Amino acid sequence: MKALAARRRHPLGGVVVMLLALLVVGGAYSVLTPAPASAAAATDDDIQAGKELFLANCANCHGLQAQGTDAGPTLIGVGSASVDFQVGTGRMPLSANQPQAHDKPVQFSDEQIAQMGAFVASLGPGPAVPPAEFQEFTDDPERISKGNELFRTNCAMCHNVVGAGGALTRGKWAPNLQDVSAKHIYEAMLTGPQSMPVFNDANITPEEKQDIASYLHFAGTEPSPGGLTLGGLGPVSEGLFAWAAGILALVGCAVWLGAKAS
Amino acid sequence: MSSILTDKRTATLAGYVDDRVGASKIVKTFARKIFPDHWSFMLGEVCLYTFVVLLISGTFLTFWYTPSMALTTYEGSYPALVGQTVSEAYATTLHISFDIRGGLLIRQIHHWAALLFVAAILAHMARIFVTGAFRKPRELNWVVGCVLAILALAAGFTGYSLPDDLLSGNGLRIISGVIQAIPVVGTYMAFFIFGGEFPGEVIIPRLFIMHVMLIPAALLAMIGIHLGMLVMHKHMQFPGPGRTNNNVVGYPVLPVYAAKAGGFFFIVFGVVVLMAATVTINPIWNYGPYDPSPIGAGTQPDWYILFVDGALRLMPGWLGPVPTEFSTFGYVWSLNILLPGAVVPGIMIMGLFAYPWIEQWLTGDTREHHLLDRPRNKPTRTGLGVAALVFYVVMALAATNDLVATHFHISINDMTYVLRTLFFVGPPIAFWVTKRICLGLQRRDRELALHGRESGRIVRTADGEYFEVHEPLDVYERWNLVQHEDEVVVPLPQGRATTLDKLRARLSAFFFEDRIAPVTPAELEAAHAHGGHGEVESGHDVPAVGATGHGTGSSHGH
Amino acid sequence: MKDSPTTGHAAVHSHGGGTDLAAPEGTDLENRFANPGLPAHRFRVTDTDPKAARSAERQVSTIFLLSAVGTVVFLVGYFALPIEEDKSFERLLLSTLVLGLGLGFAIFCIGIGLVHWAKTLMPDHEQIELRHDIAGTEDDRRDAANIILDGVEESGVMRRTVIRNSLIGALGILPIPAVVLFRDLGPLPGEVLRHSLWENGVRLTRDPDGTPIRAADVTYGSVFHVIPDGMEDSAHPIEEKAKAAVLLIRIQPEKVQAAPERDGWDYDGIYAYSKICTHVGCPVALYEQQTHHLLCPCHQSTFDLTQHCKVIFGPAKRPLPQLPITVDNEGYLVAQRDFPYPPGPSYWERGESE
Repeated sequence: MKALAARRRHPLGGVVVMLLALLVVGGAYSVLTPAPASAAAATDDDIQAGKELFLANCANCHGLQAQGTDAGPTLIGVGSASVDFQVGTGRMPLSANQPQAHDKPVQFSDEQIAQMGAFVASLGPGPAVPPAEFQEFTDDPERISKGNELFRTNCAMCHNVVGAGGALTRGKWAPNLQDVSAKHIYEAMLTGPQSMPVFNDANITPEEKQDIASYLHFAGTEPSPGGLTLGGLGPVSEGLFAWAAGILALVGCAVWLGAKAS
Repeated sequence: MSSILTDKRTATLAGYVDDRVGASKIVKTFARKIFPDHWSFMLGEVCLYTFVVLLISGTFLTFWYTPSMALTTYEGSYPALVGQTVSEAYATTLHISFDIRGGLLIRQIHHWAALLFVAAILAHMARIFVTGAFRKPRELNWVVGCVLAILALAAGFTGYSLPDDLLSGNGLRIISGVIQAIPVVGTYMAFFIFGGEFPGEVIIPRLFIMHVMLIPAALLAMIGIHLGMLVMHKHMQFPGPGRTNNNVVGYPVLPVYAAKAGGFFFIVFGVVVLMAATVTINPIWNYGPYDPSPIGAGTQPDWYILFVDGALRLMPGWLGPVPTEFSTFGYVWSLNILLPGAVVPGIMIMGLFAYPWIEQWLTGDTREHHLLDRPRNKPTRTGLGVAALVFYVVMALAATNDLVATHFHISINDMTYVLRTLFFVGPPIAFWVTKRICLGLQRRDRELALHGRESGRIVRTADGEYFEVHEPLDVYERWNLVQHEDEVVVPLPQGRATTLDKLRARLSAFFFEDRIAPVTPAELEAAHAHGGHGEVESGHDVPAVGATGHGTGSSHGH
Repeated sequence: MKDSPTTGHAAVHSHGGGTDLAAPEGTDLENRFANPGLPAHRFRVTDTDPKAARSAERQVSTIFLLSAVGTVVFLVGYFALPIEEDKSFERLLLSTLVLGLGLGFAIFCIGIGLVHWAKTLMPDHEQIELRHDIAGTEDDRRDAANIILDGVEESGVMRRTVIRNSLIGALGILPIPAVVLFRDLGPLPGEVLRHSLWENGVRLTRDPDGTPIRAADVTYGSVFHVIPDGMEDSAHPIEEKAKAAVLLIRIQPEKVQAAPERDGWDYDGIYAYSKICTHVGCPVALYEQQTHHLLCPCHQSTFDLTQHCKVIFGPAKRPLPQLPITVDNEGYLVAQRDFPYPPGPSYWERGESE
């Protein structure tokens, strides 16, 4: 304190203090205020960079103007949330013509994804990447319980009661949700990727979307109090285990029991 | 030993019991009864012991469980359901799982024991079937066993539904739909069972009383009859040296069998508890309370009901342009539900009950049997058994089609088409393959009995000829290979044959088709007389004995 | 049941090499090998070596002591790991594991010890017991038959036909009350399966909140899970839900095949269909936004929204019933009337199937 007080008398001391104060205030501001949706913060440079990335990686299927071709749908009006979900989970770019896009290792940096999102968002109004406050899980038990109820009604029929995934028609499937980020779950509900229907904010509010993601996080991270889960697949894996482990162990014991001692 | 019996107090006590219940006669009758030993004979004991485990663990559960569908707000220890409206049955099951020390363990013991109970019953039945243990005089005990199997399924299903969770509730929904599809009385039956419209407010209490009283009482009674008959008939035994149709070779109840069988109870119980300690089963907190609107992907019943669910999945609602549900005079025939939900299981159960008499009829064999068949020595029966098992497994597999589709990345539609095909062609293929395997094993037995075991030692004769030395089997080993009897096809009766006679003769010929007769002493003699190394040309010197086939009625061509 | 006393060791040896046992009835001995009898008994190490026997004895008692350790582990786990204060799943998992492993080990070791004892130290000479005819002798049968015939004769049941027939008649109708008593198990079906809570003007509300839905809220590709307004206040909300649950989907109207008889049943491409499968009643809740197919997760019945939910795969036969909807003057979606066909699984009295 003494050293600092001494230096304050230095001619530049006032400047230093001002700079420090600005840094602290600015840092706190940037931490405490929710980041505005990335589309809104996008600069013309971002949009230009995003366009270049788009032309190099996406235009082949989605068309040079993102107007859509036989190989891929139009991206006008899908918004930055779609881009962030599809590219951010590695589903795009598509690796092969399949009934459904797999999630794969992500091929672009967060910055590049944001730039592409900015470009697509500039083409027409669409759902934006959720604000930062909805990109996190909550651990409020009441909200987790609410999320559980909403998940059961709106999502479990495709994604299974704990988000283990499930089958759709003709080789399509609803993916496993257990390690998916709150942001991507939010964006998926908002945009309805691939086979998934849309759950807009009038149907499931942003808070409720966060509740759902938080329930999934809860179900995926809490240990099962009963022990091994066998994949959370229910009676089929339990039945297999009863035969493969239980009956086999008992038959093993019976063979030992019936064998003559040496 | 003598010290215990000469002890005065023991003697007094023993005398007291004997005076009142005739204990000495009971001890004399049972304590030294002989039971044969084989691992597969323990499968029945697994059934009995898991049932005991079920009684013990189930009683524990009833002290906390409330069989009520009254709605309540959940306020227990599982956070993700707090504040939601659930039934008391569901809430108390959660209470057992999360708020009673060891409660979750006992629940898991009960459910694992239930899965093992039915699994052991199926394995036990398969053993009885392929070894021919259902033959006279045990046909009635086979029937009792079939009744036990059905009761076990009923016990399992009623128990599965009791937690009133989303998974089992949708299972009940399916059952109610199947009941409604029954012609004429279906709707009334559904309304009587559920106390009105589905789901109503009475089905859980009704299932509860079935599950904890009626079905276990029936099971106990039938187990009593089953074991009573077992003691009366004495246990069957595998053929072997010294074992005949007129004796039982094994160990006495006291001490060996009592120690082994008693010990095995603890082994079974212990394995169940260890499974329950380490592996989650039926995590109802994940499924949530029952509500007619939601459902989870991957909705399946416990494994033993999978076959009915799978049959329901396989049956198409439309055969091209032809619907499988139609109405006549304003009444609906839901064949798309009835055929897989009631007719197929019904036929399977009837076939199961009737099999001992069917086989008896077409073999004409009404003798008493106390020696088991080696499965290979009855290729047709073994083939039928495997075919039935494949039929069952194909249907059960169909009920897992959504899980298989996602885990092996195949289309659920394609998988259903494949399984629809396998439903028809799987069992015949399984029959044919199994029968060929059995016949192959029988031929190998013949070779072994005739020529002994290959020693791997090559010897050169004075003439420069090479042959492999075969070591002859000793009489005990050989007996295992030659002990079975050759079978005779039931011929057409003299004079006019009825259609039934013809059918019987045809089925009998089918049953014994391709049979291979056991080696006779004369054949062995001939094989040996054929020079010291006849083995080299083995096959030539056996004039296709027994491998005649097509039921000529006289396969004894030697 | 009068079994002869079982034969001891001596008997085993007397059977060794016997041939008489081998002949099944009616089989020519010439054509069959003789049963060689039991092979000579093979002694175990514990029979011949006292040291091995002592070692086996030690093993058995050690196993029993291990069981006692398991019981102690269980007790320690029960009291040292309470689950009242610590509600975490880690604690419950640990409690279940310790209790289960302790108890399981305790029980399992008793079994292993007993069997090991029996196998190594109890006599293992195979013994032979002869079987006896299950049926009685001819004399027995005749006596039994006579006893029954005499009894029947003495009772007069065959002679006094009036008594007999009146008894049969009375017994014949006696079970009827038992059956009749079951009549009140449930109400008769009547027409309840034909009707749901939907009627003109009933708002479509979100499941499970019960909040109404504006037509403007239902964007293209959206799915809403819907229950009728006021369902919670009805007499049997769950039973009503099982009939009235609806799926609300918006699709570009031009994608749907024209069907004049359904004109005006949708509102601007917003379609409402029963969510209850026409097969056996599971919720048909899976909607694929791109193919416009609805899939039932229970038995894979697949319905095509563009063909008015006609069945295109799986065991269902009938299409899902459509709920005609419109909007009220506040912009909320409402039903025009009940489903045109009874929702849910088929039943006998349902009538002509559409």
